[in-house]
Amino acid sequence: MSLTEKDKAAVKSVDAIGAEALGRMLLVYPQTKTYFSHWPDLTPGSAPVVSHGKQIMGGVTEAVSKIDNLRGGLLELSELHAFKLRVDPSNFKILAQTIMVVVAAMFPNDFTPEAHVAFDKFLAAVALGLSERYR
Amino acid sequence: MHNNQQGKMVAWTDFERATIKDIFSKIDYEIVGPAAISRCLIVYPWTQRYFAGFGNLYNAAAITSNPKVAAHGKVVMQGLEKAVKNMDNIKATFTELSTLHSEKLQVDPDNFMLLGDCLAIVVASQLGKDFTPEVHAAFQKFLAVVVSSLRRQYY
Repeated sequence: MSLTEKDKAAVKSVDAIGAEALGRMLLVYPQTKTYFSHWPDLTPGSAPVVSHGKQIMGGVTEAVSKIDNLRGGLLELSELHAFKLRVDPSNFKILAQTIMVVVAAMFPNDFTPEAHVAFDKFLAAVALGLSERYR
Repeated sequence: MHNNQQGKMVAWTDFERATIKDIFSKIDYEIVGPAAISRCLIVYPWTQRYFAGFGNLYNAAAITSNPKVAAHGKVVMQGLEKAVKNMDNIKATFTELSTLHSEKLQVDPDNFMLLGDCLAIVVASQLGKDFTPEVHAAFQKFLAVVVSSLRRQYY
């Protein structure tokens, strides 16, 4: 099995979405910068933003594979966010909205209202899964 | 020299002012308004509680083709245009609208940003790569000011 050009494009676009969404979030919702005070550069397109954006989308992709059991399947990630990162869960919604804006800008014809509601529900369920270990 | 305005004024940069006016000159109100309202009713279906008199909202197709929904989308855009024309005093511009939403329409103000989020997505899909992070940030700030102004007359 080898990756087709279309496969590669899809995978690359997931990474690009992550990098773009994270960079935007830091600019559009500046309160989120408080979680990244240890980074030298918070501007969209900078090295830490791009690499971390990929990491986040990796998590989202993992969630897709666990879509039938998000609460159970994201326990490790939930513990990371609850005990180590201690991200206020309101920020999950902020990042979700930003991801969807990026997807809408990149794929306007595909991000129909039906796709939008499905994606919003999914990201909300991921947020719930990430919040599982908080208390 | 002292500032004798009541309360704080929103500080807009030149870039933000120009960006907001530019966005609203580029987008088609007839498309963006109806699309944003339809999305709100589809993606956040509890918002349908405020549109009981609008007829068939049974599914996404019905909502998207509902003429009352489309008409209301245009009304919303006209309201936003008032804010664009009065960026230095959105608060006062929306005093009546705020009272209308709180006392007559009795809309839960937490719903305002749901529509705002849908607007951001529709504008993003209209402008594509022109909806840069900086443009997005200016638009989000504008939405936040609009929402805050609409919340003001709730007691």
